[in-house]
Amino acid sequence: MQVELRDPNTIMKLSRLGSFHQSKLSFLRSFLNEFKDWEYKQDLFNLDENGYGEAVYSFRKDKRVYSLVCFANHIKDEERSDRVIATKWDAAFTLHDGVPGKKDIERLKNEVPKQEVGRLSYKELTLSRANKSVRLFNHVTESLSQGLQPDLNLLSKVGYLYRTTAVYGSGKFGLADRFRIKNREEINGPFRLEMMLVYLVRQFTFDQVNHVAYHKNPKKAVKLDERISKNLGIGNSTGLGMAPFIVNHPTLLNNWILSREIALKKIREIKDVNKNDSELFIDCVKKSLTNITSWNTDSEYQKNKINNLLKDVQKFLKFIENNFDFTREYPFNSIYEWLEQETCEECIEYVVSIMMEPYSEITEPLVKEMSSEEEKYFNIPAHRTVEDLRNIIEKKYPNILEINFEKKENNQNFWFISKNKEEPRLADRFEEHGSELEQPLAIARDIKKLYEILLVSKNSQTVSDFLIKNSDLRHVIRRVFIVEKFPYSEIQDNTIGKNIMPIDMLRLKLSFFGALKFDPRSDKWLRICMFQGAPLSHELKNYDEQWVYKTKI
Amino acid sequence: MKSLSEIETTVKRATKASGYSWGVAEETAKCVRLLESFGLPGIKHINKYFSQRKENSFQNLNLILEKNQPPAKSYCPIILGVSFLDQSKSLEFLKKIELNNVAYPSIFLAFVSRASEIIGKKIHINLDKKEIILNLNLNIYSNIPNNEFPSIANHLEISFLENIDNFLEEEWKNLYKLSEDTFVEESESLKQGGAGAGLTDND
Repeated sequence: MQVELRDPNTIMKLSRLGSFHQSKLSFLRSFLNEFKDWEYKQDLFNLDENGYGEAVYSFRKDKRVYSLVCFANHIKDEERSDRVIATKWDAAFTLHDGVPGKKDIERLKNEVPKQEVGRLSYKELTLSRANKSVRLFNHVTESLSQGLQPDLNLLSKVGYLYRTTAVYGSGKFGLADRFRIKNREEINGPFRLEMMLVYLVRQFTFDQVNHVAYHKNPKKAVKLDERISKNLGIGNSTGLGMAPFIVNHPTLLNNWILSREIALKKIREIKDVNKNDSELFIDCVKKSLTNITSWNTDSEYQKNKINNLLKDVQKFLKFIENNFDFTREYPFNSIYEWLEQETCEECIEYVVSIMMEPYSEITEPLVKEMSSEEEKYFNIPAHRTVEDLRNIIEKKYPNILEINFEKKENNQNFWFISKNKEEPRLADRFEEHGSELEQPLAIARDIKKLYEILLVSKNSQTVSDFLIKNSDLRHVIRRVFIVEKFPYSEIQDNTIGKNIMPIDMLRLKLSFFGALKFDPRSDKWLRICMFQGAPLSHELKNYDEQWVYKTKI
Repeated sequence: MKSLSEIETTVKRATKASGYSWGVAEETAKCVRLLESFGLPGIKHINKYFSQRKENSFQNLNLILEKNQPPAKSYCPIILGVSFLDQSKSLEFLKKIELNNVAYPSIFLAFVSRASEIIGKKIHINLDKKEIILNLNLNIYSNIPNNEFPSIANHLEISFLENIDNFLEEEWKNLYKLSEDTFVEESESLKQGGAGAGLTDND
């Protein structure tokens, strides 16, 4: 049986993309898989009794070494902010290429805590900072110093000791450009170095909390139970900065989504599913209920999504247990068709993610396809014709062509870069100033505009000639030729409409990172948790691949 | 040191702020990044060009011909470059393209370098009697010292180099002959067993 890849006009809608969940293809899981045989080490731990100072952690294999350099600082409570406008953080980190010397550490000590206003060098690969979840950190240190383990109920409400507020890479603030390291096989997958940084930061948070607790009461203090540590991750607070990324990297976006779609297609095409695989799948769905029931948020929007998800996953489990026979042919195809008929988008994508669990032989080759050499597809084939361009648009953007941008609500918002923090923002075009400096992120509107001009242009005209009078549409002409080759490279939705939920764009990216427990704090920013339940550094050589569904708190 | 990624982002924004479209700004940013990666004065010249553009106007050449009339004002290297890039597949059939009075030719060169990759041919430029070879966007070779790259090219001649060997057949034969010294002379038994296939295929 041949299953078609799902239609980009369905999958690339924002509400669907905003329903994606982590899977075996997610970067933090593939990172752990690829680095499990690397040697992990704590190279330096020079903190004072309050937990302030420097620490260095490394991953090494053969002659390659990546070192996380951490700086923990004292800040006042009123200085602690997750917003990008903050200037001080509880801790700041950089991933250094190789072993940092004393001079490097001195240099980094001056620059890393300053984050965006500091300068890094080509020897640094990623940069980040994080704030304590003060309530939790204090509770854990206090408990440990009294010889007690912390209250699991309290831990489960947060899920982490520290929350990062940005992770930068690829040449930002002087960091190494991607081209310098792109031929290193071990970091071919997307965001490997960012994942490494976050994973090592998690270990730092455990070491720091144990260290502070010990110095509070050396005679009585105990270490945080490893089973508890394992069930803590690293939080992340993310705003609109992430949203333009998926618009500005169309071939990369395509490769992420295409890998997921190919995995689903191949799983639906499995004729006979063996018992072990079907049992693993059902077990993961059942165990994953803990992730849903421990998913805390104050957002009514998300609460509603979680409730619907929980209801539908329970309905699905009932169906699987009472009305489904896994010995039938193409069982996953039947499951998928049932999900499409009976459940919400959030549940469909949730179960699609879990379907991948038994099939490493399908997902692992796909992980290798999730990067992109974007430069290759940058040039516009200007020798082609207006007719070509129009045909591609009609074929690839049918829903976008139906949007009427003359209507105020379809043209309500504009994306801009704030002057004070150089970060992307979204505002109401009719209420705020600045729309004349709009960023080129209203792709649907500009595609429609291009199409309308093409309709009254001569078919045989070359794109090169067309561009002479239509230079303002050059950025979308480039995209049309990209989407011709890369079907999942474009969000098939309006990114400036009145009802846009920007967090859908953030969730899409974060799901590919492997984030759990999306907690929207508004429609423009959210908190998540990464690596919760993941093996600790010393457990990497032999760990349960389905750890993500087995968190205990 | 600024990363190439920072250079590209900043040039894109600066180009847009100077009045070009986002699409043209993206092209310019790629070109300045390219110049800087080759060690050529990209940032320096784009900066000077944008400063001068505030005071003076420059002429746009949208349709490039074999011989282009000397402009009343200097040609804008960005619009000229974008036009060259877009028209490169038709321009390659021209024997020689002549241009006069091009502002900041280093910026224009980056576009021509990219065109060289698109059409798969090396491009030779004579810039006021100095030589430049654009080598399939892998590198730019010139006998102009970096700090002497002019702010104006009075006369530019562009020719597309055919994909032919740049050595003599005799030189190739000599080298090939030497390479044969790594081969093994086949005995009868090696002929029979070395390749695995039969000696005749008339079955």
